[in-house]
Amino acid sequence: MIAELVPLVPLLAAVVLGFVPDRVIGGWMTIAASTAAFALACALPWQMGAGTLLLVDPLSAHMAILTSFVGMTTAWFSLRYIEIEMITGRLDALRARQYHVLLMAFLGFMLLALLSNNLGLTWGAIEAATIAAVLVVGLPRTDLAIEASWKMFVLCGVGIALALFGTIVLYLAAQPSLGPGLPAMSWSALAVAAPGFKAPLLNLAFVFLLIGYGTKAALAPLHAWMPDAHAEGPTPVAAVLSGSILNVALAVLLRVRGLMASNPDAISPGPPMMALGLLSLLLAAFALWRRYDVKRFFAFSSVEQSGLAAFAFGIGGPAAMFAGMLHVTLHTLIKAAIFQCVGRASQLKGGQKFADIGGLIASHRALGLTLAAGIVAVAGMPPFGLFSSEFLIMLATIRSWPWLALPVGVGLVVGGWALFNRLISLCLGEPTPNRGPGPALIDLVPAWLHLALVVVLGMAMPAGMVAWFTTLAGGLR
Amino acid sequence: MGHLAYDAAHLFGGLVLALSFVLLYQRRLTAVINAYALQALVLAIAAAWEAWAQGAPHLFLTAAITLGAKAIAIPLGMHNFVRRLGMDRTLESALGVFPSMAIGVGLVALSILVVLPVTAQSHTLTREDLALALSVVLMGMLMMITRRTALTQVIGFMSMENGLILAAVSVEGMPLVVELTVAVLVLLAFAVFGVFFFRIRDRFASLSLDHLDRVGEGPR
Repeated sequence: MIAELVPLVPLLAAVVLGFVPDRVIGGWMTIAASTAAFALACALPWQMGAGTLLLVDPLSAHMAILTSFVGMTTAWFSLRYIEIEMITGRLDALRARQYHVLLMAFLGFMLLALLSNNLGLTWGAIEAATIAAVLVVGLPRTDLAIEASWKMFVLCGVGIALALFGTIVLYLAAQPSLGPGLPAMSWSALAVAAPGFKAPLLNLAFVFLLIGYGTKAALAPLHAWMPDAHAEGPTPVAAVLSGSILNVALAVLLRVRGLMASNPDAISPGPPMMALGLLSLLLAAFALWRRYDVKRFFAFSSVEQSGLAAFAFGIGGPAAMFAGMLHVTLHTLIKAAIFQCVGRASQLKGGQKFADIGGLIASHRALGLTLAAGIVAVAGMPPFGLFSSEFLIMLATIRSWPWLALPVGVGLVVGGWALFNRLISLCLGEPTPNRGPGPALIDLVPAWLHLALVVVLGMAMPAGMVAWFTTLAGGLR
Repeated sequence: MGHLAYDAAHLFGGLVLALSFVLLYQRRLTAVINAYALQALVLAIAAAWEAWAQGAPHLFLTAAITLGAKAIAIPLGMHNFVRRLGMDRTLESALGVFPSMAIGVGLVALSILVVLPVTAQSHTLTREDLALALSVVLMGMLMMITRRTALTQVIGFMSMENGLILAAVSVEGMPLVVELTVAVLVLLAFAVFGVFFFRIRDRFASLSLDHLDRVGEGPR
């Protein structure tokens, strides 16, 4: 019952919010709904089981908790952010209302996709989440925002179409073993019966699902929608987009990977995932050097980290899966914190180009220091957790594919170097003039919460969390 | 399934694919819309035929949705839009007619080569229809690449979805086909809605997606 409520609460909130004209009440309702969704998601680990519609296993429970947590802090963050956007005239009252509706719909459909036990439902939920995301990116209604959302729609639409074809083929592969009807479309039944599937059909389905959902995971070469969507959409959405939709797609890919790995005759799913992941990592690491827009810059950094996670999942085995899951979790938390800071910084400085934002520590000490901490964290430096997960991924690489440690290392160093370069220009040096209101300290609390979690998870992970991640990694094949 | 049922299902699948080729070379926007409407009509007949042949009444619903929305409502709306905005002009294609046709033939060959060997143990009709459906999907992608305007890209996208529905109805016993049809329809409606209401034409003057390059990078 609780599992049903997790996606249902935000979706119902989206419907109700459509009728709430008052922005402040709407904002608080968004906070309430996403907090409720997070609280319910936290109960999922005690609700394990597979139903007709929903599947609660460690993977879906973990991802649902993470997604709803980011959804909750983003809702907190949005309250003041939207207020300032309305004062400066970038959003009007109607758009602000649409924003809350779409944010909740996006969150609800992502949670549904994560918890779904049905190939078709997963697909439909991801499609609906994409539509909500496209709409919310185009919300500022500037030419550039509309172009970005159109580009996102075209690319993601093609990805979604390919994923549907893969879904149909996967059903076709499952049908002889499971018989016609719903069981042949349920993730839990597929996982049990996958060793008996016809390998050629399974291979064909894998290729389509990898490309299709890989588009949503922003894996190169189909990552092009991601930087535009981040740069032009409202900043809080960038925080959710960067973490959550990538995670949803990666979670689906992980399930497909599990099916492939358990079938002895199917092609090994690892190398294709590693290849796409490594390509994304390298491409994004070098692309980071030629960015002039702050949000676009961090979007490329998300492509890089998503690529690294896909690479780790490609290696496979408990150690790499542990590292990959930890990496996904920490990156989501860090990136959401960074985008929250970037959103405040661009409101403070009245622009989102690197040329507009400089010397943040001098002009707003707390904001500058928080952003600096976030950048250090995403560059994979201690004491932040990404250091541990990247270290573990490197270890796993050296153990199973020693030669690949070189390109992975190069990608990480080149990317990290670019991040430090920008850290200096953004946070240190002479401050650029302020053109808008700065954040109050309370506005930065969500970002601090995220970064504190990242430090704890990276450096002093409680035994219970270690056990949880070990169970999680052990359940994945 | 008897001979007639089998042959007819093939005929309709083949016709859908043939209309994908027609979509590739049409030179006028209204002609492209008509070709699309015809493809959706044939798809609706194919779905209805499968419903009868497989004894799966829910597929009639898919057929009805396809007929009502894709073969009638969306094309009518598009015609209206084109007439109002005076956009009925000759279209450019990034490739000429012959190269696009040649690539199309190559794509069909590719999908046959990909699908037939891997489905060796499946139902004969399913495997051949799947090959046809994959061809339609790939041709839709080709159209999205070669046709540069937003409206023709949307039509390419919709034609791609026709291929997906063809695949879904020809897989015997596939559950949730109707639900998937509706979900796909939402996506299509959204695409059409995007062109109409985001006023892509108003903003970009020519409905051409070349302008999208402006969202590129560079110190502006």
